[in-house]
Amino acid sequence: MSEEPKVPTMAEYMAEGKQPEILFWVGSAGSYDDRAKKITKAFVKILNKANVDFAVLGTEESNTGDVAKRAGNEFLFQMQAVMNIEVLNAYEVKRIVTCDPHSFNCIKNEYPGLGGHYEVIHHTQFIEQLIASGRLTLDGDVYKGKRITFHDPCYLGRANSVYDAPRDVLKKTNATLIEMKRHKGTALCCGAGGAQMFKDAEPGNKEINILRTEDALETKPEIIATGCPYCNTMMTDGVKFKEKEAEIKVMDIAELIANA
Amino acid sequence: MEYLPNIIFAVILILGIGYFARNVQKLIRNIKLGQDVDVSENKSQRWKNTINIALGQSKLVKRPVSGFLHVIVYVGFIIINIEVLEIIIDGLFGTHRIGQELLPAALYGFLIGTFEVLAVLVLVSVTVFWIRRNVIKIKRFLSSEMKGWPKSDGNIILYFEVVLMGLFLIMNATDTVFQGANSGNVISQFIAPLFNGFSIEALHTVERIAWWLHIVGILTFLNYLYFSKHLHILLAFPNVYYGSVSPKGKFNNLDAVTAEVKLMMDPNADPFAAPPEGAEDEVPAKFGASDVMDLTKVQLLNAYTCTECGRCTSECPANLTGKKLSPRKIMMDTRDRLEEVGKNIDANKGEFKDDGKQLLGDYITNEELWACTTCNACVEACPVSINPLSIIMDMRRYLVMEQSAAPTELNTMMTNIENNGAPWPYNQMDRLNWKDE
Repeated sequence: MSEEPKVPTMAEYMAEGKQPEILFWVGSAGSYDDRAKKITKAFVKILNKANVDFAVLGTEESNTGDVAKRAGNEFLFQMQAVMNIEVLNAYEVKRIVTCDPHSFNCIKNEYPGLGGHYEVIHHTQFIEQLIASGRLTLDGDVYKGKRITFHDPCYLGRANSVYDAPRDVLKKTNATLIEMKRHKGTALCCGAGGAQMFKDAEPGNKEINILRTEDALETKPEIIATGCPYCNTMMTDGVKFKEKEAEIKVMDIAELIANA
Repeated sequence: MEYLPNIIFAVILILGIGYFARNVQKLIRNIKLGQDVDVSENKSQRWKNTINIALGQSKLVKRPVSGFLHVIVYVGFIIINIEVLEIIIDGLFGTHRIGQELLPAALYGFLIGTFEVLAVLVLVSVTVFWIRRNVIKIKRFLSSEMKGWPKSDGNIILYFEVVLMGLFLIMNATDTVFQGANSGNVISQFIAPLFNGFSIEALHTVERIAWWLHIVGILTFLNYLYFSKHLHILLAFPNVYYGSVSPKGKFNNLDAVTAEVKLMMDPNADPFAAPPEGAEDEVPAKFGASDVMDLTKVQLLNAYTCTECGRCTSECPANLTGKKLSPRKIMMDTRDRLEEVGKNIDANKGEFKDDGKQLLGDYITNEELWACTTCNACVEACPVSINPLSIIMDMRRYLVMEQSAAPTELNTMMTNIENNGAPWPYNQMDRLNWKDE
C-alpha cells in the first residue's frame, strides 16, 4: 500500500464533536475473514478516493445477529440487535453503508422493529451514487471489453429487489456484462445463506456452489463479480474445484472499482 | 309430475352447494386453528397484488409455455361458467335456453360462440397439460412427493375438464333449436354431423343427458375441490391478498422473544420479582412451530392454496443438488397434517385429542429443515404468493429455542457470537485489526 488508508472510528468523531456523512458497517466477515478483509479495504480505498466523510464502529461493532436469526436462534439475534442498536442510536447514526448484503438486509428490515431506524445502503448502491454525483471517476480502460458475469446475492437481489445498482456500476467500467441463465429474480443461491456457511451441507449429489459456478462458467467469464463476502468465498471455492482459478478471477464489485 | 325435473334439479343444486358449503366451513375452521397474524398493513399494495398476481397471473406467465396454457384454461373456465347461470335458471324454471329468448340473437350467438371457441382452447391446453404430466415427464412432476394420490389428483382434474368441455359442446351440437338458429354454433356445427343418423327424439335425449351430466359434473367438480390440490382456483385470491407485502428478506421478529430480551437488558428489572397477578395461569409462549397450530392462519391458508405445481421445488438450490428438502413437500405436509388434525377434531366432537403426532418429525424431518439456504427462490417462484420459507424458519426456531437441536457446527457458531460478537472465535478487540494489516 502506497498510502495509509484513513479509517476513522465513530468514537474519534464523537470526541471531535463531529458526525460523519455515513457509517461503514464492516460486518463480521469483513472484519475477520481474510478474503473478505480485502473487500473491506478495497471499499475503504474507494471511500478515501471519493473523499467520503465516513467512520466505522471498530471494536464497538458486534455481529448483527443475522446468521443466528436464520439458524433459528431468535434470542441471540435480538440480543445482538438490541446491543448494536444501543450503540448506533447513542452515536445518532442516520445512514449506514455495508459490503455485506446479510447485514444490509438485517439492519434495514429487521432492526426497525427493535428500535433501530436507519437509512441502509449496500456498497454497490453507494458506489453507484458516488459515480453518478461525479465524486468518483473511473478509468474506463482497465476492464474495457472484459467478460464479466455478476452473481446476484440472495439478500441483495430477491430479498430486497436490488438488481440494477451492481449492474450499472459494472457497465460504468466499460466491461462486457454477460448474464447467467439464472439471474436477478431467478438467480441461484451460492449455497452459503441461512447459516449454511457455518455447517456441512445435508447429503445430496452436489454442492450448491459447484452448481452455481457451473452457471457462471457457461458465460465464459474472465471475472465473476460478486457483492457479498460469503458469495465470494463460495464462488472462489467453486472456481478452484473446477480448476479454473488461473483464468477466472472472483472479485467483489468494490475490488473491481478500487482498481478502475 | 310436470315439475319433477325442476324439483330434481333444485335438490341436486342444493345438495351440491350445501355439501360444498359445509366443507368450506370446515376449511375455515381448520385455518382458524392457526395463530393470529397482523395483515392490516399496506392494504393498497395487497389489492394491487391481488389484481396483478392472482387475477392478472403476472407470476404465472414467467414460465411462458405453462403460463400461457394456464391463462387459457383460467379465462376459459371463468367465462364458460357464465353459461352455468343459464343452466341454473333453465333448470329451476323449466325454461330452455332462457338467454336465447331474453338476449338479442346476435349477442347470444356471440356469447355461446365465444364459449365454444374457449372450450376447444381449454381442451387443447388440458391435453398439453396431460402430455406434460404423463408423457414428456417434466422433472417437477416426478418428485417423490408426487407419487400416488397427488399424481392421480392432477390427472383427475384434467379428465374432469375434458369431460365438462366435451359435454358442453355435445349439448350444443345436439340442440336442434340452437343449431337451427345457426348463430354461435361456431364449433358445435362441426360436431353435429356426428349425430346425423339420429332421430329428433334421440337427439333430444342426447342433449338432455349432456345437459344434466354437465351440471352434475360441475357440482361434482366443485365438491371435488375440497379434497384436491385444486382449491387454488378459489383460494389463490385471498392467499395473494394476505401474502407478504414486505421485502422478502424481512423475517418477522418474535414478540415473545422481544419481551424477554427487553427484560434481560433492563437494568432496573428485578430478576427475583414475583410474576404479576394472574400470570401463573398463562401458558408460556412457545418459540417457533412444531405443529400446525403453532403456524399462523396465513401459513395454513398457504397450505390449502398450494396446487403442487412444483415451481418452488424446481428453483430450490437444496433440491437441485439432491438434498431431501422440497418446498412443495413442506406445503403438502402442512396441509396433510392440518387435515389430520381437522379429522381428529371432527371425530372428537369439536375438541382436538392429542394423537401423539406433530408436523415436525412425523411429516417434516430435521434434515429437510437444515438444508434450506433461506434464499427465497421458492417464495419468488410461487405464482400465488405462498411462503414455504416462513414455515421452515418457524420450525428451525422450535428446534433451536425449544429443543436446542441445532447441528453442532451451528451451536459452535452461535456460542462464538454470544462470547465474542462474531461467528468465529476471534477477539472482539481485534475487530478493527484489518485496518493495519
